[in-house]
This record gives sequence, C-alpha cells and structure tokens, in this order.
Amino acid sequence: MEKELVIIGGGPAGLAAAVAAYDAGVRDILILERDERLGGILNQCIHNGFGLHTFKEELTGPEYASRFIKQVQERKIDYKLHTMVLDLSGEKVITAMNRKDGLFQIKAKAIILAMGCRERSRGALNIPGYRPAGIYSAGTAQRLVNMEGFMPGKEVVILGSGDIGLIMARRMTLEGAKVKVVAELMPYSGGLKRNIVQCLDDYDIPLKLSHTVVDIQGKDRVTGITLAKVNEKGKPIPGTEEYYSCDTLLLSVGLLPENELSKKANISLSPVTGGPMVDETLATSVKGVFACGNVLHVHDLVDFVSQEAALAGKSAAAYLEAAGAAADNGNIQHHTESEPVLITPAQGVRYTVPVYLHPEEIKEPVTVRFRVSGVKKDCAIVAYQGETELLRKKRPVVAPGEMESVVLKKEMLSGNEDIRICIE
Amino acid sequence: MYDAVIIGAGVTGCACAMELSYCEGKVLVLEKESDVCCQTSKANSGIVHAGYDAKPGSRKAEMNVRGAAGMEELCRRLDIPYVKNGSLVISNSEEGKEELTRLLNQGKENGVKDLQILGKEELLKLEPHLSPEAKYGLYAPSAAIVCPFELTIAMGEVAAMNGVEFHFHEAVTKITRREQCSPDAGTTPEDQGGFRIETTKGIIETHTIINAAGVYADEIHNMVSSHKLNITSRKGEYYLLDKEAGEHVSHTIFSLPTKAGKGVLVAPTTHGNLLVGPNAVDIGEKEGTNTTGAGLLEVLEKSSRHVADVPLKKVITSFAGLRAHEDGDDFILGEAEDASGFFDCAGIESPGLSSAPAIGEYMAKLISAKLELPPKNNPVKERKGVTRMRELPFEKRQELVKENPSFGTIVCRCEEISEGEIIEAIRRPLGATTIDGIKRRTRAGMGRCQAGFCLPKTMEILARETNQSIEDIQKNGEGSKYLVGKTK
Amino acid sequence: MSERNLTCIGCPLGCMITVTMQGETIEKITGNTCKRGEAYARTEVTAPVRTVTSTVKVTGGSLPVVSVKTKADIPKEKIFACMEELYAVKVKAPVHIGDVILENVCETGIPVVATSNIEYKCSKG
Repeated sequence: MEKELVIIGGGPAGLAAAVAAYDAGVRDILILERDERLGGILNQCIHNGFGLHTFKEELTGPEYASRFIKQVQERKIDYKLHTMVLDLSGEKVITAMNRKDGLFQIKAKAIILAMGCRERSRGALNIPGYRPAGIYSAGTAQRLVNMEGFMPGKEVVILGSGDIGLIMARRMTLEGAKVKVVAELMPYSGGLKRNIVQCLDDYDIPLKLSHTVVDIQGKDRVTGITLAKVNEKGKPIPGTEEYYSCDTLLLSVGLLPENELSKKANISLSPVTGGPMVDETLATSVKGVFACGNVLHVHDLVDFVSQEAALAGKSAAAYLEAAGAAADNGNIQHHTESEPVLITPAQGVRYTVPVYLHPEEIKEPVTVRFRVSGVKKDCAIVAYQGETELLRKKRPVVAPGEMESVVLKKEMLSGNEDIRICIE
Repeated sequence: MYDAVIIGAGVTGCACAMELSYCEGKVLVLEKESDVCCQTSKANSGIVHAGYDAKPGSRKAEMNVRGAAGMEELCRRLDIPYVKNGSLVISNSEEGKEELTRLLNQGKENGVKDLQILGKEELLKLEPHLSPEAKYGLYAPSAAIVCPFELTIAMGEVAAMNGVEFHFHEAVTKITRREQCSPDAGTTPEDQGGFRIETTKGIIETHTIINAAGVYADEIHNMVSSHKLNITSRKGEYYLLDKEAGEHVSHTIFSLPTKAGKGVLVAPTTHGNLLVGPNAVDIGEKEGTNTTGAGLLEVLEKSSRHVADVPLKKVITSFAGLRAHEDGDDFILGEAEDASGFFDCAGIESPGLSSAPAIGEYMAKLISAKLELPPKNNPVKERKGVTRMRELPFEKRQELVKENPSFGTIVCRCEEISEGEIIEAIRRPLGATTIDGIKRRTRAGMGRCQAGFCLPKTMEILARETNQSIEDIQKNGEGSKYLVGKTK
Repeated sequence: MSERNLTCIGCPLGCMITVTMQGETIEKITGNTCKRGEAYARTEVTAPVRTVTSTVKVTGGSLPVVSVKTKADIPKEKIFACMEELYAVKVKAPVHIGDVILENVCETGIPVVATSNIEYKCSKG
C-alpha cells in the first residue's frame, strides 16, 4: 500500500494534524489508531478543563475529542481502528496489524508521529516491597473506572500530585472510595493549583509534599504502604516512616513520550524529553517525518497539543507539495538547505521544542515551547541570540508543571549564532 | 491411591513429574500456590552453571554437571530459549587469581570442559564493558542462560500431557505412614507401605512421596523423618533492566564467590533484558519475597564492581527470590533413611535450576525401580511453546493472522504479544488461570510499561476464556483480585 | 474584618485571590486577573459551587458507562447527593453528547448531560 500521509495515533494530536493537513490540501490521508475509537487519552479524561483556548468553552475530554473527530469525519479523512503499528523504517515504511487486514505494510511519502506517551511504572521507581494486585498507574485506573466501569479499590493512597493523580483522587472519592493521602516527592505539587482545590481540599484529602512511598505491603493484594519524608536530594529520611493501611496504590509519577517506533526508524531523540528533536516545522531527523503532541514532549493543556499538531499537519502538507513539485520537475528536492540555528535551553530551562530552526525559511512566527527546571517567582523569561536580547517576558511565577512559550519572529533573528532561552 | 505424590510444582517438582511421566503409574503434583513456578523457580538468575562452583563429590556438583550437559537438548525438545553465552568470574585483584585457579581446578575435577583463566586484555576483548579494575577472569564457555519460568512450565506441561495430575491451591498439612501390611510386601513390621497425606483440601494416599517443597522442604521432611533438616530462606533481590540495556554484557559476569553464595551478577536474559543481582540475606521467616530498600541499594552498589556503567536508569522492575538453603550446604537427594518411600529433593538452592532435569531423572529412576513401574509406550517427550508472533518472519505472521484473526490484535504493545498468543496460553495443558500465569507463558506484561497498557485487555480475555466476570480475575491466585466491583 | 485566601479554579491559571470580609459582607476582592475570578471569589465565600463530572451506567452500548457532567455548577454541598442520584440511573445506548440524563439533579434546576457518544452494540447487555 502507498499513501501520501500516514498519521500514527488518532488522539488529539493525530486528529488535529489530520484536519490541518487536509485543509492545507492533502487528500490521501490515513490515521492509524490502536484503540477501538478515535480520541486517544481524552476518552478517559471525563473531567473539565479542556478547550478554554481552542473553543473558549470549558469542555470535558470526550467532548473536546468529539469536536475534532467530527472535523475528521466531515472531511471524510480515512482511519483504521484496532490497528497497532509494529514497525517504522527510516525509509518511511510502516508495518501495522489488525484483525481485519492482518499484517500489512504502507509506504508513506510523509508521516506524522502522534503516538502520545505512557506512564512510568512502580518498577522504574524501584519502590521496595511486595508485588501484589492493587498497584495501578493512575491512567490505567482512570481507564478502568471511566470506560470499563470498574473500581480498582476501596482504600487508596496516591503517589504523585501531578494532575492525573489529583483528578483520580477526586474520581475515586466520588465513586465511594476513601483516598487517605496523596504523597508528592517534590516540595511542590506538579499539578494545576485549581486541581489541588477541587480534588484534594474539597474532599479533605491530605497532601504530603516531600514524601514518597518506601514500602508496599501485602503479598497477594495491597494491605498497606509506608510513606517517608525525603531530603532535598529526594532520599528518604530514616525515622520519618508512616504506615497507611489501604488496598490500592495509584501511581502518578511521570509520563514518558512513547518513541519505540521513532527509535526503530533511527529518528534522533532528545535525551531530556525522550521525544524527537525537531525544527520549527516539527520535522524530525528523517525527511518527511513530523512529530507533535505528547510523543514530542508531554503537554499540560490539550489546546496547545492541537495547535502544535496543526503546525505538523501544515508542515507535512508543505513538504508533500514541495516533494510533489520537485518530482514533477524530475529531481528530488531536499526539505531544507540552510544551516540550522540551535535553540539551547539555558539557565533555569530544561528543554525547548523545537531544538533548532532555519531563519531563512521561517514564514510565520515560531512558537518555542519549553519547561523550566524549578519553581521561580518574580522572574523573567529571556531569549538571546548571541549577546542580543530578543525578548523578555516578566512572569510572577514559573513552574515545571506548567509549560511556557515564547514567540520568535523572523525579524528578531540575524546570523546563525545559537538562540538561548533562560530564566532570570 | 497414587504411586507417587510430588509436593511442590517448582522446577524440581516439574522435572520429577516429567521424568516420572515417562513411566506407567499414577502421579499427582500438589502445589499450594495457584500455578506451577510460583516461588523460587520464578525468581532466580536463570543461569545454567558450568559446574566449577560446587564442591567435588557433592550432589550439587554431580547434578549441576549432569543437568547442564543435557540442557541444550532438553530446551530444544521443550521449545524454550537457551543461550550458551558463557560466564566470567572476575577478580579485581592479583590475590584473586589464586581463587580463580582453585575454581578452575575444582571445575576440572567436576568434569567441566574448556575452563581457562584470562588476563585483562583478553577479558576486555570478550566484554568491552568490564570495569577497568578487572584483572583476571575464569572463563567458562559452557555456561548458559535459560528462561526459568518457561523451563518449569514446559516440563509441567509434558508431565500433564502424559497424564500427571496437578492440584493447585492445595497445601500439605500432615503426613503419616499408612497403617497397612501389604501381603506380598515381604516387609518388616516397621514398613507400613505408603503414606497418608492430609492437605488443606482433603486426604490423599500414595505409595511414595517426592518432597520438592522448596523453602518448606524441611517442614515436609520433618513430618516423617527423625533426622531433622533445617532450611533457611535466603533472599536475593534483583533489578531487571530494559531490553535497550540487554547487550551491555553478553556473558554472565560473576564476582568471586563467598560463603553466602555466588554474589551479585550482571547477565543478559534469554529475552534480551539485563539482570542485575542477587544479594543474599537470610530472613527469619519462610516466605518474604518483598524487595527492601537496603537490599536494592546493596545490589546497586555491588553491580558496578566488575561491570562499568551499568545503565541502572533503564530499570523496569525489581523482584526478590528465596533460596532454600539447607544447613548441610548440599542438595539432599534420595530416600529418607528412616522413611521408606519418602524421597527428598531438599535444599535446592543454586545450582538448582541447572540441576533440576538431572534431579528429575534421578528421582524417576529411584521411584520406578522401587515400585517396579514399567516405561510408558510412546510418552510425549517434546512440546511446542506458545506461538511467538514477534519472532516469525513477515509472511508467516501474515498467514497466521489470516487463519486466526485473534493473532492480529496486539494486546501487549511493549513485548508485541497478540490476543491469539494469550488465548493459547490459557487453553493449553496446565493453561494459565491468572494474569501472572499468562505473563509467564507469553511475556505479556513483562515489558517496559509493566502491564500499564495491556492489563485491562488481558483481564478481559482471561475472563471471557474462563467464563468468569472480570471482577473475579486474579493476579496470582486466591486473594489477589484486581477489582473490588463495578463503579456505581 | 477577616481575610480569606483562595485559589481561583475558574481556569488553569489559578490566581491567588484575597477576599476581605466584614462579618457576612464582602468588602474587597483582590488578586484576580479577570472578571470570572472575581465572580468565583464572590460565590466561593458565600455559596460555593462546583461542576460534577462522573459516569452513568449504559445498557446495550459499546462501553458499559457514559461520561456525564452537570450542565452548570451546582452547590458544593450537594456533590454527594448528586452522585447518589446518578448511581441509580441507567441509560440505553445510543447516547449522544448533550443528551439529558437527569433533568433536575437534587432540585438544583440543573440538568446532567452526557459528554461522550456511545454507539449501540447489541451483544453487550
């Protein structure tokens, strides 16, 4: 099979990318989705807070997804469900499988990676103790509760105060479970402040900052867990142990971009995010392959995922057009000729997306998204190129849990010195 | 009445069951857990030791060398992975060379072939990731790795296919001699002819017993014999690293052995992961398979002794196993002196896995001789494991999915396991009845996301196949349900 | 005079708002960056409200539950009573976003509506 554009993943990123690519002129599009329906992780995010930027309304996850699914269906964009992509080659050959079509391959001219992310497991954290039933990552528990209609447990302890952990604290409580405590390794919560209020405070669920789980008891099913306070290095302090009886431990301890396929295609990945290193068009190191959404870097707001994915869709469309025109002219045009300018995360900044840009090729302003490495109050986000200050944004507070961005315009840039984003 | 009851369905019990199943006779395996391979056999290093480590003349030495010699052929017949990757015992000091030489000579005495002492240069050529401190190494090219669960399960399946019965969730509580004088026994009044076993589920009578009860083998033995055994559970903790770290070393890398055991090793697994561990701590109770902060830290620190840059950031899980260490420091194999018909396989710690097939063979010989059991006509001696979709070539996979669409749905994304394979694991002899049972037969859930993605789907398939509601699905037997009910 | 500090939950910004009260009367509201924040603070100290999102049982659908929400905020103290009413509800597939599941939950005058689409699938009961 040959396709102009294949999009791997039918969640918010894949859907928005498909719509944008279509609207930019691409018609031969195929979305490959492994679940039984489009919508990705939004299908299990039944809480509010989605779409404030995109639709100026507060929607639940499934509602937000349905808006984009509708757009995909209105444009009659093709998609396959229950389809798992098993392999991706550097020559853009996709190997996928489902019950109906069996095992098949697609040679794609352009590909958009939109596979999202997975959750860090207990094993990856080396939490000591037994390995009983009753330990769930918060996302798996969320799927069981919100889509399969099952309760994972009755008495719950949650590790991790990121949004998923907070949301599940409330969800489990509303379904009749007792959430005894939420423990957070860092001295600050990773989730939105509004979620601390409406998920913990509203239900008198205590939040223990600078704490972690140091033991899990129960051979067959969880019977209890032990929390301990941690020092500045995150190491448990002996003597601070506290035991909580419970039958369930939910883990909300980090999301990891799911780049197994990217690795198979030898796409260069960022050692910080685990996602592909991309330029201002979201092109990866393999020509014709673009990335967007959580597979590129983990987002907090789906609205930004949709914006980012729309850019990927537009870029893929432009790539296909240029490739098509070049093919018509009888020669293969490379995607870009000019020297890239590196965007470096400097003091206070953990990583940036994109990682480099081509000043000569910029047509529209470039949104550089990034995360800071620690909480800072009364500071400024500053962008430099060489010694020149490009822009300065005052911020009352910045936190690792809230993605930031700056917009770079072509006029701001000159020469090919590195661009630095930092916090001052 | 049974001819033989085997207590314990670990690797030793299953090996005995398989070998005995080649003879006529009514055999039953009693296992207190929910499945075969639930305790020590599922939580060890998976090493087929070359055999230089055990004392010459000991049963450990005898069984290790014999078991190791036959392992490759056995794995081929059982369709389980076996990799002859060789092992290196490393010394970072000059003095260590003496100890390595002692091991080499001991190995020679035990019948191990091709052992040699290598110097730093040769070592680094074999293993570029060895620590720069490494000075000498004992190289054993015949050492290998197997998958301990697949070995145990495969032997159990062969036994089952040959008619051996397996009872799970049935623990032995008491054993007494049967009050019976057999007319043709020609026996002295003391020989009562067989045993009466009381279990948590009822009474079982048998002519002979094989005690393969792992850490409980002393308790079982002491029920019938006055020559008491004492088994200490010696815990070993491990890290399992992502397949991306699987090629960090290709041989099994050992430290010099100490009294407590073979020490922390770094080794590949047959599935491409990297295993780091174990330490050795005697615990005061029979069962305690929890990992501990101290234990994991100890393994972490010792891991870098001989191997540089172990990518511990790539850890995907950790676990602990219990060695059944008998005070006498050797396997106790054979008929109990004061309990005719009661056969021990006790104190099976390292090199237990390597020895199991040889122990099984030996036990079967003893019992079939004692009971005069004739060999079976054409018993099953081979078996095919669960289909491994991910290892099949493209065309073969296409064919398979066309024939059976359930192979076309991937359930475990990390390990690429299809629904068809999970169904196979449930429907085969000694099929899986729990999620961990499916895991050990297919690898579903063993990948880097540790079942975060596939668990709900696997539960659904198991419920459907066994006609249960999803709420009753268990992780590993009684008391391990995942769910507490439906949402309101 | 008393002061109450609260985090606005009106949007993901989460501004810290200070409400100065004289007895039961609100004297001053500071810290908000928009009108919604002011409105939130006012309500929060007098009669706090919340939106409730949950799921409700479905029969004959491609999923056993459908996600729902209260169409507008309801009094905070009625959250669990609202959940109790929802536990008793069973809807038949197909369900569409916006379908009214409960007309008037807990006498608030506010309906509970479906927030996802569940197709009809006869094999499930």
